[in-house]
Amino acid sequence: MSDRVRMTMHSDEIIRLEGVHKTYSLGDEVTVHALRGVDLTISAGDYVAIMGPSGSGKSTLLNLLGCLDRPSAGKYFLGGEDVSKMDDDTLSEVRGRRIGFIFQSYNLIAQLTVIENIQVPLLYQGKDLRHYHDRCMQLAELVGLGDRLHHRPNQLSGGQQQRVAIARSLINDPLMILADEPTGNLDSKTGQEVLELIDRLNKDGKTIVLVTHDDRVASRADRVIHMKDGVIDRQVALKDRTNSTTS
Amino acid sequence: MFTFQFVSTVRLGIKSLMLHKLRSFLTMLGIIFGVCSVIAMLAIGEGASHAAQEEIKKLGSNNILIRSLKPAEESREAAAGARRMAIKYGLTYEDAARLHSTIPGVRQVVPMRIIRENVRFSRNEVPCQVIGTLPSYPEVVGVDIVRGRFLCQLDELHQNNVCVITVGLARRLFPYQDPLEHALRIDAFYYQVIGIIREKNMPEQRTQAGRMEGEPLDNNVYIPLSTSRTRFGEVLIRQAAGSFQAEEVQLHQVTIQMKDLAAVETADSQINTMLRRFHEQKDYEVIVPLALLRAAERTKRTFNIVLGSIAAISLLVGGIGIMNIMLATVTERTREIGIRRALGAKRRDITTQFLVETVVLSVGGGLVGVLLGIVTPYIVSHFSELKTIVTVWSVMIAFCISGAVGIIFGLYPATAAAKLDPIEALRHE
Repeated sequence: MSDRVRMTMHSDEIIRLEGVHKTYSLGDEVTVHALRGVDLTISAGDYVAIMGPSGSGKSTLLNLLGCLDRPSAGKYFLGGEDVSKMDDDTLSEVRGRRIGFIFQSYNLIAQLTVIENIQVPLLYQGKDLRHYHDRCMQLAELVGLGDRLHHRPNQLSGGQQQRVAIARSLINDPLMILADEPTGNLDSKTGQEVLELIDRLNKDGKTIVLVTHDDRVASRADRVIHMKDGVIDRQVALKDRTNSTTS
Repeated sequence: MFTFQFVSTVRLGIKSLMLHKLRSFLTMLGIIFGVCSVIAMLAIGEGASHAAQEEIKKLGSNNILIRSLKPAEESREAAAGARRMAIKYGLTYEDAARLHSTIPGVRQVVPMRIIRENVRFSRNEVPCQVIGTLPSYPEVVGVDIVRGRFLCQLDELHQNNVCVITVGLARRLFPYQDPLEHALRIDAFYYQVIGIIREKNMPEQRTQAGRMEGEPLDNNVYIPLSTSRTRFGEVLIRQAAGSFQAEEVQLHQVTIQMKDLAAVETADSQINTMLRRFHEQKDYEVIVPLALLRAAERTKRTFNIVLGSIAAISLLVGGIGIMNIMLATVTERTREIGIRRALGAKRRDITTQFLVETVVLSVGGGLVGVLLGIVTPYIVSHFSELKTIVTVWSVMIAFCISGAVGIIFGLYPATAAAKLDPIEALRHE
């Protein structure tokens, strides 16, 4: 009940992490404390970059934000739903419905064509693909691949593949787009194009959470979150949407 | 909605399998051969037992056959005591009469004398079986009267020199004439042809001197039993292996038609008991087609079990092959599984996807196997004498088993795929 109350108080807040911990056990006695109490809120329309050295817990945070994993302790609300208590099936559904993923290595499915790759998330929402053909076309046009609908990923360049992935992440109209080093495998020119595309999505009102260790990439965001040793080291507001806070 | 998803899952499965055409084909081969061999083996088995059963059914399931047998050499001499001119053995007219009067449930008793003679007409000469029998013969053994009539009581009474011939003989003996207008010659006597018949089920006729190889079976001449007795006499002189041999045989075969199947069951031992009393030596054999049929059915059942287990083993091996490949595929496609899970696929979606792939493999293999399995028996019977029968149920069973193999052996790899942790799977290279 209290969750609902909180959400009505912050109506544009889509993500809230409260004291989130994550521990992994490696073998019998070794446990890794990847996250040690993370508090974070992200509002609709935010453009957030997460930075940090490897081992700082940013991948773990990304997995949690993407509902690929559940926190060991603490609470995670995504669009008003408490993710930390969901079972595996519900998590899958939330991922498909609420989150758009963009990966470093594009992660397209090799045996499917461009348009089929864009359609994959629809499939798992139990939607009839025939009703979504126009939307897929629009998205393909949006990312500039309207003329390559029936190409396979291995017939496309890296930049093109990443743009297919972006179109795929948008198909279910998610609450948030999670981009994990989206330009990591691209040269600077195509990387630039991809980033501009992401910027444009944000301008259109999409919430973007971007993980990177490239300062120039991070500088495009409204807010940069620096992770260190499993906690948020500091948050820097680059634009005047939110106030700078340090923890 | 469900069917749409199912169709797209199947299409995706086929697409994934087509990525590795050779591998998918090799995996299917196990099932193809399994299903093909099941159907082909069952078809050959069915054909063989069918042929045997037809052979037995021709004898008539309500009938009991008693044939005269030449006793073995030693016992014959022991029984004869002194050397005689003619060897006397076999069923007698009295036997036939006794069988008719004493065995309960008898409808007809048809005695037969079977004598090998050359039958002549004009310049044509054909080796034949001259069968002396009663007018009731057609009722006991299935016979189609093509033209004319069969022998009648008057023929028997008056010992008429008339005969009925089979279609095959009519064609050979009277290529250009109407047989019914002519008489044929056997030995020194002429017999007017009064009818042409076709034997529906020609039992294999065995005579004392064995069979003449290569002789067509339907060269039969039927004459009245009384005529046979007077014209040929009881002692038959036979030329065998360069020496003459005289035999005295009254009847070569007695066919008994029983009223019903139940009577057949009991009559077997009664006939044996009765004949044993009147024959010093066992110079006859009792053939009960029904018992043979039962035995043939038992054999067939055993045969089917053996074939079934061979088939099961081959399908099992095919299934293990599928499972092996699918496990490799799951490892190979871990990344894809991770992507799908990230994009919202539930565990059961992954399970379904891989299960569908296995089932597509096995059912596809099953279909090809069914086709090959139907074609193979035809090829076999085309190039050999083997008769084959492809039964619907064998096709169904083979096909269903192939589908079941797909599900059973696909379940483990599919659940293994679904159990993968999405994060680990995404990280997999």
